[in-house]
Amino acid sequence: MPINYDDNTYEVIRNQDRCINCRVCERQCANLVHKYSEYYGRMTSDCISCVDCQRCVSLCPTKALKIIKNPNSYRDNANWNEAAIKSVYKQAGSGGVLLSSMGTPEAYPVYWDKILINASQVTNPSIDPLREPMETRIALGKRPQNIVRDGNGNIVNTVKNSLFLNVPIMFSAMSYGSISYNAHKSLAIAAEKLGIFYNTGEGGLHRDFYKYGKNTIVQVASGRFGVFKDFLNAGAAVEIKMGQGAKPGIGGHLPGEKIGEDVSRTRMIPQGVDAISPAPHHDIYSIEDLRQLVYSLKEATNYKKPVIVKIAAVHNVAAIASGVARSGADIIAIDGFRGGTGAAPTRIRDNVGIPIELALASVDQRLREEGIRNEISLVAGGSIRNSADIVKAIALGADAVYIATGALLALGCHLCRSCHLGKCNWGIATQNPDLVKRLNPETGSERLVNLITAWTHEIEEMMGGMGINSIEALKGNRLMLRGVGMTQKELDILGIFHAGE
Amino acid sequence: MKKIYVREEWCLKCRLCEYICAFANSGCGDIVAALKDKPIMPRITVEEEGKISYAVSCRHCDDALCVKGCISGAISRVDGVVTIDKNKCVGCCTCILSCPYGAIAYGADGTATKCELCVQNAGGSPMCVKYCPNRAIVLE
Amino acid sequence: MLKEGQIRIPSGCAISGIINKDGKRIDGGEIARSIAVMHDRSNGLGGGFAGYGIYPEYKDYYAFHIFYTDVAAKQACESFIEGHFDIINLSKIPVRKIPEITDEPLIWRYFVAPLPTKLHDSQLDENEFTLRCVFTMNTKLKGVYVFSSGKNMGVFKAVGFPEDVARFYKLDEYSGYSWVAHGRYPTNTPGWWGGAHPFAILDFSVVHNGEISSYDANRRFIEMFGYKCTLQTDTEVITYIWDYLIRRLKLTMTEAAEVIAAPFWEKIKTMPDADRERLTYFRTVYPSLLVTGPFSIIVGFEGGLLALNDRLKLRSMVVGEKNDTVYIASEECAIREIEPSLDRVWAPVGGEPVIVKLNQTGENKCL
Repeated sequence: MPINYDDNTYEVIRNQDRCINCRVCERQCANLVHKYSEYYGRMTSDCISCVDCQRCVSLCPTKALKIIKNPNSYRDNANWNEAAIKSVYKQAGSGGVLLSSMGTPEAYPVYWDKILINASQVTNPSIDPLREPMETRIALGKRPQNIVRDGNGNIVNTVKNSLFLNVPIMFSAMSYGSISYNAHKSLAIAAEKLGIFYNTGEGGLHRDFYKYGKNTIVQVASGRFGVFKDFLNAGAAVEIKMGQGAKPGIGGHLPGEKIGEDVSRTRMIPQGVDAISPAPHHDIYSIEDLRQLVYSLKEATNYKKPVIVKIAAVHNVAAIASGVARSGADIIAIDGFRGGTGAAPTRIRDNVGIPIELALASVDQRLREEGIRNEISLVAGGSIRNSADIVKAIALGADAVYIATGALLALGCHLCRSCHLGKCNWGIATQNPDLVKRLNPETGSERLVNLITAWTHEIEEMMGGMGINSIEALKGNRLMLRGVGMTQKELDILGIFHAGE
Repeated sequence: MKKIYVREEWCLKCRLCEYICAFANSGCGDIVAALKDKPIMPRITVEEEGKISYAVSCRHCDDALCVKGCISGAISRVDGVVTIDKNKCVGCCTCILSCPYGAIAYGADGTATKCELCVQNAGGSPMCVKYCPNRAIVLE
Repeated sequence: MLKEGQIRIPSGCAISGIINKDGKRIDGGEIARSIAVMHDRSNGLGGGFAGYGIYPEYKDYYAFHIFYTDVAAKQACESFIEGHFDIINLSKIPVRKIPEITDEPLIWRYFVAPLPTKLHDSQLDENEFTLRCVFTMNTKLKGVYVFSSGKNMGVFKAVGFPEDVARFYKLDEYSGYSWVAHGRYPTNTPGWWGGAHPFAILDFSVVHNGEISSYDANRRFIEMFGYKCTLQTDTEVITYIWDYLIRRLKLTMTEAAEVIAAPFWEKIKTMPDADRERLTYFRTVYPSLLVTGPFSIIVGFEGGLLALNDRLKLRSMVVGEKNDTVYIASEECAIREIEPSLDRVWAPVGGEPVIVKLNQTGENKCL
């Protein structure tokens, strides 16, 4: 037997006093951790494959299970910590790139948590959203600079193709392939019920979901998977994905195992073959090329759909966004580096890009300095975790936010960060039919609707506290924010004062 | 009257319903005490073969053969629920033989048992419906 | 202690306005009596007035009213003005020394016209040229504050109660077809002369009571278009919004009110097609000019007054009418004080503007 360098990260703790040997855990674990032992007459666990997805814990009827981090410890070392050591072992064994899923778990600053929101006292009344109207509806899209009047002096509506959202939250791109049919269906149903949008990601659009088109954003990425005329015209908007916060500068990779018949047909690629989208768009090597793609897509959709350009938050994001704003795009989406992914090289996910808070603030400010902020809409994504993050993002200058990890959590995801293994026990990031059926879109969509409804209530409460009765008046309203525990430089970039100032 | 329906499409064959049913009908308030190291006698069972699985329980047929066939008049319809009167049941098993769905079992107490929609036990409403993790069992 | 311009200061207030539609000239003492009734709504840290039609003999020239901290500031500013404008007339603004008003800066008035060559080189129209010069003076020159820059109108303001400010500026010696007045209750102390209201740019003057919650959203939007919010007050940003919507975008007053106090979406949904289309357009294109939070404002402009409440009507405002004169005030008592027997008095609905303009007679007489 070779030396086992890869000791188990998690340990299953089973309270034998409570276990009734019902074997629900065994039937639910796709990683085959739990097994009934005839020899011992009780359940046993093989912890080596446990990813801590918590499926067994959640379904155990007697609450007999818990998963803990394996307390086995390497010798303390602040520099060569356990994760660093294990990475070396893993790569020395495999010779491969380390892969991870979802957003970086590393302890980078979360600026949302260092920003506090204002409320009215005395000089200005707060507004009670239960008694007064409170508006969260917004429109996204290109805006004219001048007013045009017809012969009778009436204003001509030169604004075409706005996306109207009942609440400024959208489900960001997750492809069919990286997530399951039922996950997609849950998102689509919820988006329709909520009057918002979900995003196909770069995996094309399953025929069954064309009917949710008016709440769908279709994505064109560097691999062009599933892109054809019907697809482009099926949605309410077209998004060009230039980059993703979790993996700026590289393309996507969907392993062949996830590409079954349905995914293959939707993506228009062969079954069982890895789908690798290139790092750049090979027809976009510069900003002028982007303009051509934007207008190609507008041509293909008869100028009826707004075009979103999604970029990853990188160091010079403000300059890039300024270029994008002039490319003919209607909406810019910025994806911060804490954003999620179905699979990314670990080192890239954990080291490339910048936080969304700083990127958003600098892009918004830059576009204002150039006097073009009002011409284009700005969507921020990449680890928006709750309604307060949304309020802060909008006050920093976003028109709307993209959420994905939050939406997956609502569907049951427990952030085990093993999507790339394709054995998602929650039926989300998998194409295995036995696992996919674990996510019933009926409950999935209900939970998504609940989540966004709850967040909307909270946003309204916070707005009311600030004396604001339309979310439009919150946009870019940075005086409503104060920082705590930040350097002056950080405050300057965010364009906010320190608490107490 | 609402009845229990199973949706095979969403059954995960986890069999949680069986254990929850056994607990609900145990008369015991603690699930561990009720079920640990005991054979369980659920009134709902998951049938599975290959990819297909679904839970089976009494369908409370409109024209119930068990009601017709009961030799002691122990089975009757109470507010729409096909119910067995344990005091009248003589344990002859005629109902078990006559049920086309195999939804009636011979209980530990020597009488027939079947799903009574948890109206008689502590549940008050069908516990299998409440606890199915994937809404594969519904009351409609 | 930071003053206006260095920090945002919320304040409560009293406002009042009068206009005679026939263009009959009303003397400044009237409006002073009206605002004085609402003494308790201000705290002595700022009062001011704007009169329209008060400089008929110079009605074609921009009237700059300027505060200087010292002579050096005045010299620097005058050399700037001379570089950009013909100065037709200049003088100290006459004031009456009274114990209630102290620490006054140097207060000067200039009637000017843009230098034709400079104006031509700038490729701007006269108003835009003047506006930019005013911004330059207020932001680039130390100790200089231009607080009035319109034609045939003037702003008079100071730290003090409004009735004292009126006496200080000898307001009863001016007469005009319309007036607005303001008594201030800022939450800082001491007040600053420049921070008193009305706030004016070109011929727009705004008096405002309220604290808008949309301030920074409005400010950061309007600053994209060359405006500089140097005072960080609500009134300043509202004035710029008016200027932008009316002068730059050429919206009508009613349309501008529809942008600033836009109806709720729920209401828009139920409107006739043309209105729904227009309001949807406004809310889609100018969401950042929606002003939320409590406000009641009176906007003075050449030939008229406009009064507007926030769409929830979170601040009091009353309008009264007697023959050809219209009165607007925070409280009815301020109207009754100067006109006890009104033909009509009403509280305008939130978000619905009251616009009063000179009639034909008035226009012929005053414009």
